[in-house]
Amino acid sequence: MKPKVAFFDFAGCEGDQLQVANLEEELLALLGQVEVVSFREVMKEQSDDYDIAFVEGSCTRLQDEERLKQIRSNAKIVVAIGSCATIGGINSLRNYKDLDQVRKTVYGEQAKLFDTYAARPIDAVVKVDAYVHGCPINQKEFLQVVKSLLMGKRPDIPTYPVCVECKKNENVCAFERGEFCVGPVTRAGCDSCCVNEGTVCWGCRGLVDNPNENSQKEILIKYGLTVDDAIGKFKMYFGWQEAKR
Amino acid sequence: MNKQDRNIEVHHLTRVEGHGNIYVNVKKGTVEKCEWQVSEAPRFFEAMVVGRHWNELHHITSRICGICSIGHTLASLKATEAAMDITISQQDLKLRKLALHAENMQSHILHVGFLVLPDLMGVGSVIPLAKSNPEEVKMVLRLHRTANEMSRRLCGRTTHPQRLIPGGFSKIPSKSELSELRKMLQDAVPDLQAAAKLVKSVAGKLPDFTRETEFIGLTSPDEYALYDGQLASTDTGTAPVNEYLSFTNEYIVPTSTAKWAKHARSSYMVGALARVNLNYDKLSPLAKEVAGMFGLKPVCHNPFMNSVAQLVEVVHSVEDSIRLINELEADGLKAQSDYFRPEVKPKAGHGVSAVEVPRGILFHDYTYNSKGVCTKANCVIPTNQNHGNIDLDMKTLVPTLLEKTEKEIELTLEMLVRAYDPCISCSTHAVKMRPV
Repeated sequence: MKPKVAFFDFAGCEGDQLQVANLEEELLALLGQVEVVSFREVMKEQSDDYDIAFVEGSCTRLQDEERLKQIRSNAKIVVAIGSCATIGGINSLRNYKDLDQVRKTVYGEQAKLFDTYAARPIDAVVKVDAYVHGCPINQKEFLQVVKSLLMGKRPDIPTYPVCVECKKNENVCAFERGEFCVGPVTRAGCDSCCVNEGTVCWGCRGLVDNPNENSQKEILIKYGLTVDDAIGKFKMYFGWQEAKR
Repeated sequence: MNKQDRNIEVHHLTRVEGHGNIYVNVKKGTVEKCEWQVSEAPRFFEAMVVGRHWNELHHITSRICGICSIGHTLASLKATEAAMDITISQQDLKLRKLALHAENMQSHILHVGFLVLPDLMGVGSVIPLAKSNPEEVKMVLRLHRTANEMSRRLCGRTTHPQRLIPGGFSKIPSKSELSELRKMLQDAVPDLQAAAKLVKSVAGKLPDFTRETEFIGLTSPDEYALYDGQLASTDTGTAPVNEYLSFTNEYIVPTSTAKWAKHARSSYMVGALARVNLNYDKLSPLAKEVAGMFGLKPVCHNPFMNSVAQLVEVVHSVEDSIRLINELEADGLKAQSDYFRPEVKPKAGHGVSAVEVPRGILFHDYTYNSKGVCTKANCVIPTNQNHGNIDLDMKTLVPTLLEKTEKEIELTLEMLVRAYDPCISCSTHAVKMRPV
């Protein structure tokens, strides 16, 4: 029997589910291997009977925790897809603001009716079995993770920084070009896609395990940058991870 | 007259972007409740960008929506560029227009082919269609892939573009990439004609429903306005983009985490149908031909025809993109250095932009200090502008449906909401209300 899979979303842009929809012909091939039982963005049918749950988006409200826990209890495997779900992502930019103040400006006297808290990745609420990082997710990596799961294997996620892939791609280092880049501390696996397209690494795949802080400090000194420069850039995607560290 | 009770509760409507609910309660033939609700978690983007630098805002606001990320990026860049008097080259302008066409095509094909067509063909999703109508599904996939391939070549990828930066592009496609792209677009024309025939064959299932409303969008004397233009309303005429707040007049509804909007009437509509209604004369020849197949002429007040207007726009985008590539070629594509950064001197200022994205007119409005740090931001999203119109359509439509079964009413209302192609995540990017 084909494994049953379901897709769910919390606070996010649904760009990761779009990446899945954008698989096009490969999506048809994937549909030969699994049975999609819930995917609100593209189908009307829904079911609570599934083996693998793909979850996009951050948890940003207490009321969303219940739905997430229900998904966890229904599924054998929970996969976080995209930065908002894997690391809190760009949503955690707001965690640096005074949330009570934000809520008051936003909802005025009705603030207490609208529940909100610091944006967090889904593993801050439930156990997560596998991760597909990135903003948006990389389609090849998504397919690899799905294949691994179908074969009962642990998906292989890089534990080295983006710089490794960037050097292999022979890019001119962003620091050499006079720009700030978070590639040295960001988890690889994207094939340094943003630098390849002429920009810098923004950090969407999150902090690599055991980031080399000394080397990052050396880079700052070498290129005459300040800790404030670094903190500003780290806030973009690492908000939740930094707060936990 | 049917005196029966009718109860419809659609919690988290499917085949739309984001979370919305439909509630209808009819007691003894009288409609007691009929509501469109938005339950998406709010995301506070306008607060998130405050304190961030001019060269980061487009990256952050792109994340308001995965489906219209190119549109958000372009609106963001245009607002930043307006605030700092940054000009872009004619070449970059044409490349940006191509990027916008790519996204509109991608989004419209996805919507008409995968989200609307299943209703017209009587199935729950495109998945059973892949088995029952494989050729049709493959055709839609081919068109979708062409649009995505176009985004990839212009923006670096399809979702959350990488190459679009303040003042221009970090990297541009090569001459040969552009001419390959033109070939792909030319090859797409027969598929488009077949797609139009396919939709036409089931268009009888689109409800014949009319409620007069106001349509708002961009307009331009030079072209079918998408990237730029003046504000236009079918009720009140044109106005400069800077006066957008007098058009949008956003307000809070207790049952919704998204803001709603109104202008000359109690609601208005934005999107493909609004654009066709405002700018029909500027459509490309083949696009007009497709509009003619469906009898779509201005001013059409049937919201279900929005899906047809989207199909017409896909045809227009293909033809206009071929024209733009021809022009780029004739002008001689100017190469730029790797990791290109246009020269920008950050300065204090205020900039407003409007771009027509798949679901309608989108506004970004930023204020920067002298260091180029954002001090204030406002974004008005197409779907917010449509919520009020959806709700009023529903309230007008339901009393005419009471002879039908609950299942039939539910399907018609779902089709109505889907016709607007709502992007609910977008519309809850922030909810703002002045302190009471």
